[in-house]
Amino acid sequence: MSDKWNIKHAAGQRSYALREKLFVALCLFAVLLPVLMLFTLFGRLLLDGLPRLGWDFITSYPSRKAASAGILPAAVGTLYLILLTALIALPLGVGAAVYLEEYGKRSKLATIIEINISNLAGVPSIIYGLLGLGLFVRALGMGRSLLAGASTLALLVLPVVVVSTREALRTVPMATRETCLALGATRWQTIKQVVLPQALPGVMTGSILAVSRALGETAPLVVVGALSYVPFLPDSVFAQFGALPIQIFNWVSRPQAAFLVNAAAGIVVLLMMMLVLNLAAIIVRDRMQRKLARAH
Amino acid sequence: MQMTATVSSDSQTSTRSRVRGQSRLFSERVIESLLVLSGVISIFTTAGILYVLASETVQFFSEVSLVEFFTGTEWTPLFADAHFGILPLLCGTLLTSGIAIGVALPFGLLAAIYMSEFAPSWVQRTLKPTLELLAGVPTIVYGYFALVFLTPILQFFIPSLSSFNALSAGIVMGIMIIPMISSLSEDALRAVPNSLREAAYGLGGTKLSTIHKVVVPAATSGILASVILGLSRAVGETMIVAIAAGQQPRFTLDPRASIETMTTYIVQISMGDVPAGTREYRTIFAVGSALFAITFVMNLVSQRLARKFRER
Repeated sequence: MSDKWNIKHAAGQRSYALREKLFVALCLFAVLLPVLMLFTLFGRLLLDGLPRLGWDFITSYPSRKAASAGILPAAVGTLYLILLTALIALPLGVGAAVYLEEYGKRSKLATIIEINISNLAGVPSIIYGLLGLGLFVRALGMGRSLLAGASTLALLVLPVVVVSTREALRTVPMATRETCLALGATRWQTIKQVVLPQALPGVMTGSILAVSRALGETAPLVVVGALSYVPFLPDSVFAQFGALPIQIFNWVSRPQAAFLVNAAAGIVVLLMMMLVLNLAAIIVRDRMQRKLARAH
Repeated sequence: MQMTATVSSDSQTSTRSRVRGQSRLFSERVIESLLVLSGVISIFTTAGILYVLASETVQFFSEVSLVEFFTGTEWTPLFADAHFGILPLLCGTLLTSGIAIGVALPFGLLAAIYMSEFAPSWVQRTLKPTLELLAGVPTIVYGYFALVFLTPILQFFIPSLSSFNALSAGIVMGIMIIPMISSLSEDALRAVPNSLREAAYGLGGTKLSTIHKVVVPAATSGILASVILGLSRAVGETMIVAIAAGQQPRFTLDPRASIETMTTYIVQISMGDVPAGTREYRTIFAVGSALFAITFVMNLVSQRLARKFRER
């Protein structure tokens, strides 16, 4: 009797163990398949794009002939664009974060701003494009300029900067602030000379990530009116401009296979730029953390 | 004599320090108001979005009837015989987003269960950032992937698949959304108190039955929040569908067909040379308003649901 039960029980346990193993395998598959897809994507891009990639490709102007077309104006446009975006978004974003964390805690205005920022983070990027078109391009008369594009992207990445800066500010211990205030420093002196320097690694990392987000954005720039064929380099912030993602979009949209190869090469350049930015973020964070650790 | 001198010099320094204190107070005030201002910019942004969308949309509806916009099944604003029914665009958007969620939900949820219930910490540390990479790839890259890589593969299995189609764009969009669903769902699963798991084990539950009957049901609101957020992201996604799903507004739910989403339409008009101030130009703001409204409501619902599980 008890033997029989034991055998049955053991069999049940064995079949359960098998079922659990199968389920874990299924779960692992669900994690690994998307990762595999990602590597397939990168592999395919390198395969398609690398042969086309060369000095000529980077230093040439666009052309109607796929084989002689290059990305120079688009890449330069993108560099200017993210630089301007950073110049606009960083002071605003860090300022807003300092206000929310250090000044406005639990005030009504701060609560409204906070809710508002979390809502803005969910607005589709193409809607920001419409905002840029209506506000910067038309109402403020900037035209389809570099400045209009950068302003639009700045508003788009603002929530990213604010959120990451707030997280960085929160890591600075309260006692540090209190010590500083007790020594007679004012609030702003405390923030400028003690709190912000300590939070800097986090602020920098967040900012670089925000810029790298701006780097890949395409839809808002299309709506704001970035050019898809730019035979010149922008010479001021009011000039018309092209951007790398726009150039890629233009090439992808053409039916000829040769242009698809160009698109792949353009994407490789775009991803390289993002990789450099992200590596920079990691290095900056590590360096600064080590410096801070030594100062203590 | 000496006394007075000390006193006067004393009062001098105190005046000086008072003046300095005042100017310091003043600069503190200036800085604080600058900080408030940069915070308020975000409110201006929202106001700006609402104003731009509303003003152009109101003008649009002075020329096109609301009934036609919301019930019409033809979208041909650039034709001589213009029709302004948004249903084909809405249909295209729902189709691609539905496919995306169909891919992202099972993968995202299983990944979340694995991360929160099974994975050893070193696996978590390596796999999570890799999975998050998926969300960081620019969408234009996914568009290329859908058009150049996935569509030809799918065409091998489904010969009737158009070279621009909702299926391929939807699947790739789903892959992009997986990390969003998995990380939010994982938070929800981790928020389930361990006492619930222990109680289930105490009643003789196995690990699988505990996950299946206790942990996942207890995390439902958080999982739902992640799905709705993912859906909202898919509805607003632009470049993947603009590249791979086509530009033909069609009132159909056939995933093999070339369709047009609301976002693609906005891109299509922006790429063309429709002059500002015309009815055709205003259509992008009307479509944008509808898009904004849909995503706004979804985000709101998702936030409410997410708050529910965080409070517990």
